[in-house]
Amino acid sequence: MTDALLPSAFSELEPYAATWCLPTEGERYAKRLSSSMDEMQTFYDAFFPRGEEAIAHCEKFPLADMPEDAERLLQLLYSLVMVSFPVEAWRQPNVPDSGAAYLDLLIEPRP
Amino acid sequence: MKPIEKPAEGSWTAHYPDLGTEPVSYEDSISPEWHELEREAIFKRSWLNVGRVEQLPRKGSYFTKELAVANTSVVIARDLDGEVRAFYNICRHRGNKLVWTDFPKEESNGNARAFTCKYHGWKYDLDGACTFVQQESEFFDFDKADYSLVPVHCDVWSGFIFVNLADEPSQTLTDFLGPMITAMEGYPFDQQTERFFYRATVHSNWKLFMDAFQEFYHAPVLHAKQSPVASLPEVQAAGFEALHYEIDGPHRMVTTTVGQGWRMPPEMLKPTESLTRSGLFGPWDAPDLGADPLPGINPGQVRNWGLDSFQIWPNFVILIWERGWYLTYHYWPTSHNTHVFEGNLYFVPPKDARERLAQEMAAVTFKEYALQDGNTLEATQIMLESRVVTTFPLNDQEILCRHLHKVAADWVADYTRERAEVSG
Repeated sequence: MTDALLPSAFSELEPYAATWCLPTEGERYAKRLSSSMDEMQTFYDAFFPRGEEAIAHCEKFPLADMPEDAERLLQLLYSLVMVSFPVEAWRQPNVPDSGAAYLDLLIEPRP
Repeated sequence: MKPIEKPAEGSWTAHYPDLGTEPVSYEDSISPEWHELEREAIFKRSWLNVGRVEQLPRKGSYFTKELAVANTSVVIARDLDGEVRAFYNICRHRGNKLVWTDFPKEESNGNARAFTCKYHGWKYDLDGACTFVQQESEFFDFDKADYSLVPVHCDVWSGFIFVNLADEPSQTLTDFLGPMITAMEGYPFDQQTERFFYRATVHSNWKLFMDAFQEFYHAPVLHAKQSPVASLPEVQAAGFEALHYEIDGPHRMVTTTVGQGWRMPPEMLKPTESLTRSGLFGPWDAPDLGADPLPGINPGQVRNWGLDSFQIWPNFVILIWERGWYLTYHYWPTSHNTHVFEGNLYFVPPKDARERLAQEMAAVTFKEYALQDGNTLEATQIMLESRVVTTFPLNDQEILCRHLHKVAADWVADYTRERAEVSG
């Protein structure tokens, strides 16, 4: 597994890493809108039970100097937050009645 | 639960008798002619917040601000003495926009010792003085000392940078802000520097979006599906009552309680709220901001204080949450029925990934709510413009909407009267 994207303890989540490890909110929001509910539910169901372990892994490192695999795991957690609204609240990818409304995030913390 | 105590007059609105209680006209939100008056009477005469000092971290730091409402652009810079200065963003030679990158209509920022015009290379230092003119000897009767950048009145309060486009502002910034706002002097805004900055074009008059965020009467209805607790029948039936309203000159504020996720049973929360210990009201684990009590906050001295939303005239909002973070909103008109909305979320910089994720959860949740609010406004604007109905009843929980539209009318009336006196 030389090309693993995530820390080895989270290897079963590798299938989601290429899709959901996205560094910006804009990319994560676009991915959410272009995903089906089935895709997001599958990702959510696979990752949510390990969410607390993932947070515990990431918080061991200084934010400004995270190993790449841990930073990708944190990005995966951001994506879990992103899909939580479709999965837990809306039952659809977009915010109900939001139509063509948009709200671009122009400045955000990194990572 | 003890009912919320209203003022002795029987209502918040009656406590401020100038507001009246009659239905309110929204002609001020649909008339192009009225909008033209607001541009002159309000936006070219008020102190306008254009940013914070953290955007100018070093000597030579600068940013530009597009002010479409006044048909202009300003450049704000920290000079070599550390002073914040503002200038109209126009070269004195032939009127080119002085500071921009790639796209002339987009805002720009950076660090410089001098501003150089892209057209003919004239240079200006950070104090606005013209320091270099290409082939100066070709000009006639020319002294470049006569060609400094045109200054804009600029002042800073609590780290918030304001400009005023009037030739001579009628009030200093401190007098303009008044006692209710300046009481927050010393609030630790400067500790909350982790920033999420959002922007959107909204298809409504700027005052309609201000109205949406200065009453919470809509919250149990429009946002009913956001969380299990919001959809409870008793929550729906109870509706919403704010704990305190206060008006000071053209400015206004409201205090409410908020949900306390950390005290709720998990079935009343979204699972991701429990996982991240965060939600709409911010990360549950608040940072230590040092000062206690926080200056200027909770002016009504209510128990169960959850948030203060200060609506600073004309288009600037500071919303302070009990969990130790704050938001700002700006509403920049671009026509009578469009505006640019800007939202900033400010947190104490997270010390680890757990805190960072809690802030991400708060930011994502903020956007879900704002998208619902934004689209509803377009629906309101469209039907107001039909003029099928022209006046609208505002209840006591909508007192701040009533006040905003009255202040706008008062400023336009003052401007119109002054102009008539001048042309007399």
